[in-house]
Amino acid sequence: MNAAGAARWIRHTAHLVSADAERLTRLDAAIGDGDHGLNLDRGFTAAVAAVDALPGDTTPAKVLIAAGRAIVSKTGGASGPLYGTALRRAGKALAETGGDELDAAALGAALTAALEGVQELGQAAEGDKTMVDALVPAVTAYEAALAGGADIAACARAAADGAAQGAESTVPLQARKGRASYLGPRSAGHLDPGAASTALILRALADVTMEGGGDAWSGSS
Amino acid sequence: MVGLVVISHSRTLAAGVAELARVMGVGEAVVEPAGGDADGGLGTSIDLVERAVAAADRGDGVLLLTDIGSSVLTAKTYLEDAAGAAVRLADAPLVEGAVAAASMAATGAGLDDVLAAAESARDHRKT
Repeated sequence: MNAAGAARWIRHTAHLVSADAERLTRLDAAIGDGDHGLNLDRGFTAAVAAVDALPGDTTPAKVLIAAGRAIVSKTGGASGPLYGTALRRAGKALAETGGDELDAAALGAALTAALEGVQELGQAAEGDKTMVDALVPAVTAYEAALAGGADIAACARAAADGAAQGAESTVPLQARKGRASYLGPRSAGHLDPGAASTALILRALADVTMEGGGDAWSGSS
Repeated sequence: MVGLVVISHSRTLAAGVAELARVMGVGEAVVEPAGGDADGGLGTSIDLVERAVAAADRGDGVLLLTDIGSSVLTAKTYLEDAAGAAVRLADAPLVEGAVAAASMAATGAGLDDVLAAAESARDHRKT
């Protein structure tokens, strides 16, 4: 993984979030305050601008930190601090483990750091009907694939599948965090919008690592 | 004097709580609002929090008071960035905590005492 690959991840996430903004907002309107798609679209648009403004000789770590900072600053809802912290923690982990090119293990460590940052800030556990319910199975699946000798693209695909299944698993849950928690049992029967957007972010990672059979992740475009 | 920052999703709510807290702090407490998102809509903004903290800082520390959800997360994210600075987050209801903190801050008490006053507001039952 190089800086261009990391930048493609942010850009592709912005694209997927923008394309799905209406659905995310609709999910949020059912149990939250109805602004998740709009907020995240604004946040990732700002993240792309921040990444584009970096000098040409940047690193993957700096790309994720710059994106995270922009998301914290521009998103507005709870997802701003949470996703911003996730990206910044991932970036800081990359700064420690690697340089310009990062392998599957380094990316796995970054995802683990992102999860830890989200849990530390939001204090949510699995089963609370939050993004954690998508992020935990994503990281678990990534690590399992890595342990099985998978390359970065296969690891990321496993993470994306784990996140998608984890997001679906939030439907029957009763929310224990955020506005939805005030609804008690009435929060059940709805997909959690934060888990849904987490699944998009991991899908974006899988897509960009797979371009060109997994090699494009370290390509120069 | 310890400064206070009122973080709310609503610009008018933050301004109103700050107004009330200043009066209860006998006109001496330093209370800065950080309400709404950067465009004045509902939401929270780490940039506004940063500016309010700078405005409230008189050299004796700053206490953050928050309303709900993202304002708490924004405050915590700000604290992570400001590691080492004398800025704390009160685990207190917004209005009651701000009034209690302003009352204590106006006496010239230190940050620990102002934080304790804000958090004691949780125990003031209404029925």
